[in-house]
Amino acid sequence: MMTQLVFYVFAAVLVLSATMVVCARNPVHSVLFLILAFFNAAGLFLIAGAEFLAMTLVIVYVGAVAVLFLFVVMMLDVNFTRMREGVQRYAPIGGVVGGVLLVELIMAFTHWRVASNIDQIGHIVPSSPARTNTAALGDVLYTHYIFLFQSCALVLLVAMIGAIVLTLRDRPTGRRQNIDRQHDRTAADSLEMLQVPLGVGVAAQGGFLRPHESYDVAAVPGTYGTQAWREREMEEETQTALVVITPATGTKGQDNA
Amino acid sequence: MHSAIEGIGLGPYLSIGAILLVLGVFGIFVNRKNVIIILMSIELILLSANINFVAFSAATGDLSGQVMTLFVLTIAAAESAIGLAIVTVYFRNRGSIEVDDITMMKG
Repeated sequence: MMTQLVFYVFAAVLVLSATMVVCARNPVHSVLFLILAFFNAAGLFLIAGAEFLAMTLVIVYVGAVAVLFLFVVMMLDVNFTRMREGVQRYAPIGGVVGGVLLVELIMAFTHWRVASNIDQIGHIVPSSPARTNTAALGDVLYTHYIFLFQSCALVLLVAMIGAIVLTLRDRPTGRRQNIDRQHDRTAADSLEMLQVPLGVGVAAQGGFLRPHESYDVAAVPGTYGTQAWREREMEEETQTALVVITPATGTKGQDNA
Repeated sequence: MHSAIEGIGLGPYLSIGAILLVLGVFGIFVNRKNVIIILMSIELILLSANINFVAFSAATGDLSGQVMTLFVLTIAAAESAIGLAIVTVYFRNRGSIEVDDITMMKG
């Protein structure tokens, strides 16, 4: 009796929140109702005895997919008020298609009957009460379904690479790693030992000390360390910095000019 | 029929699955202005398939349904990741995520 009550509470909240996912005005509310729907579906799974799947649903859907949805909804600067304009126009079509589908499903369910010899058929993977759900799933997942399992890994890998490749943006101002340059560096390129007079500091040596030419020629050729870039940087510095250290001519600071 | 859902039966589970499927299809048709909600509707449809799988798995005492549910979960996660990536790129290029605007292939 208690189980039935819990089932119907979960089912009711699931159906209501799924309705709200479709009908909410604000996409952020839709995502939050989707999360609620997933939690309730996890409750239904628990009642059916699929504990591992219930926890997976919470972790994968609520923890990853729904948060991804939330992230994208908040990242895209979409006009939410224009979003609902077509609803009146398309609601009849959607209602008709959904109604037809529902009638078909009801027709299928009302003529449903379980074969009388269902207890005699051999199960591929019989669930035994001796083992926990997780252990039993692990038993079959890594033996009978190992090929599908590994294919799933491949699908996830392709999805990950695909999502990265799709959304990767090549910013011209980005500073990339240049492996050849890194390997070519020697200690002499990057380190200079100087005698700094006591009490004077680096200003007497021309300000910010730089090794010969290795600093300026940076990762993306033509975007960093060019003359235009240096002028822009100088301008920014004069506008923003409180103290400007102007290197004296002929000192170490001018090496790479 | 021995089952883990003795007190409830298969029928209510399948009904919930059917209602979710219909809601998902309805959502796809209604939300023509927002691809993200269409993706969420697809998630609802996959969830209804999962509920059916789990219900039959519990009703027949066979774990295959739960294994299939695990694979459906994987595919759904991959699908939503790719779909959202496409939506992001599309929005970056066109400044809109309306279905009616996606006509670049029309010629």
